[in-house]
Amino acid sequence: MIRVVLPAHLRTLARVNGEVKLDVEGQATQRSVLDALEARYPMLRGTIRDHVTQQRRALVRFFACQQDLSHEPPDTPLPDAVATGAEPFLVVGAIAGG
Amino acid sequence: MSGVRVLVGTRKGAFVLTSDGKRARWDISGPHFAGWEIYHLKGSPADPNRLYASQTSGWFGQQIQRSNDGGKTWEPVGNQFEYDGATGTHQWYDGTQHPWKFARVWHLEPSLGDPDTIYAGVEDAALFRSIDGGQTWQELPGLRRHVSGPSWMPGAGGMCLHTILLDPSHPDRIFIAISAAGVFRTDDAGKTWRPVNRGLRSEQIPDPTAEVGHCVHRIAMHRSRPGVLFMQKHWDVMRSDDAAESWQEVSGNLPTDFGFPIDVHAHEPGTIYVVPIKSDSEHYPPEGKLRVYRSRTGGNEWEALTKGLPQSDCYVNVLRDAMAVDSLDSCGVYFGTTGGQVYATADAGDSWAPIVRDLPAVLSVEVQTLP
Repeated sequence: MIRVVLPAHLRTLARVNGEVKLDVEGQATQRSVLDALEARYPMLRGTIRDHVTQQRRALVRFFACQQDLSHEPPDTPLPDAVATGAEPFLVVGAIAGG
Repeated sequence: MSGVRVLVGTRKGAFVLTSDGKRARWDISGPHFAGWEIYHLKGSPADPNRLYASQTSGWFGQQIQRSNDGGKTWEPVGNQFEYDGATGTHQWYDGTQHPWKFARVWHLEPSLGDPDTIYAGVEDAALFRSIDGGQTWQELPGLRRHVSGPSWMPGAGGMCLHTILLDPSHPDRIFIAISAAGVFRTDDAGKTWRPVNRGLRSEQIPDPTAEVGHCVHRIAMHRSRPGVLFMQKHWDVMRSDDAAESWQEVSGNLPTDFGFPIDVHAHEPGTIYVVPIKSDSEHYPPEGKLRVYRSRTGGNEWEALTKGLPQSDCYVNVLRDAMAVDSLDSCGVYFGTTGGQVYATADAGDSWAPIVRDLPAVLSVEVQTLP
């Protein structure tokens, strides 16, 4: 079970409160977690990564275990603590804009 | 008793303002989609309870929201806007060619007859259509592939397709306007397009009378007379009497002919409204006086409408999609400002009052007249 923390605007869009808990088949990676997230909440497609290229949107970051994983390749395994559910995978809106 | 519903898009959410036919007391609901930019909301002429909204964010991109109950509840629908085939390039600010890239939906135009069919004007400029209530979107690529496409360039606000006019008397005819390319018309439901900018003169481009490259801010028509079009260009107010085949300047005695919105009285196809703005670098009313100008002669002869509008120290702007009219017996006109006020008149402009004063900056105003 993977725990995902979404930014407030995406929680509102997906109509969820608090963390999202996902069962991810196979290895937990950015790609497999986001695939599972978008499968359950289709309205999040295009909000975190591009529909087609699957590239992370510029002002969205991925944090976990006090690390910035935003620039990791999408198929890199996530830390064990995320894969086991001990720590959440954080989707963060950058501190930017107005 | 009939009433009106005013749909207001702002920098930080959407608001729905409703009133009965007297238009004296208003209920305000919102913000809907708080914190998101709402570029535009519009209702279906065929089903007034069917509304669409363009919701965008620099962080999280584009959403389209749909309501089936007049804006009480909403659901996100399709948000994938993929250009059809090869993307191509257009002119960039530095003169180089730049790939088309989707940024946001500026304007939504529901079909006149089918609540599930809707057009979307987007940045970078292209026209999309959905025939399934916004679930999926397909580009009408003939416009972007026009031979002039590589010469189109963004205005200061981006290269946006901001106006879509559906001709009620010619179902296959659509007019669109792009900043900064100009007006284009299709007569075959969007398969082929041609620029219709003859008569426009823009000193800010190398060839002032070029076929394309004009920064058209807004065009408007009256549905009873769709061959007559009115235009607020970057500078100049223009008129066409031949379905945009040619344009004549009708700025007349306006204090400045720069501005953004232009609209037509619901029952008088020759009565039009603009909001003069001082200049392209000074996006506020001249002399700090917020004045709507009305022409009852389809241009050239203008009168200032000031009653109820601030006549000192006013430095707001009124954006291109932020004016609309209702169709009650005494025509109501509505506009929103970058200062967050929405002003309304129930007597065709003779007197005005704010419905609400302190919204986020207003991006768009649409009005539905309800039975």
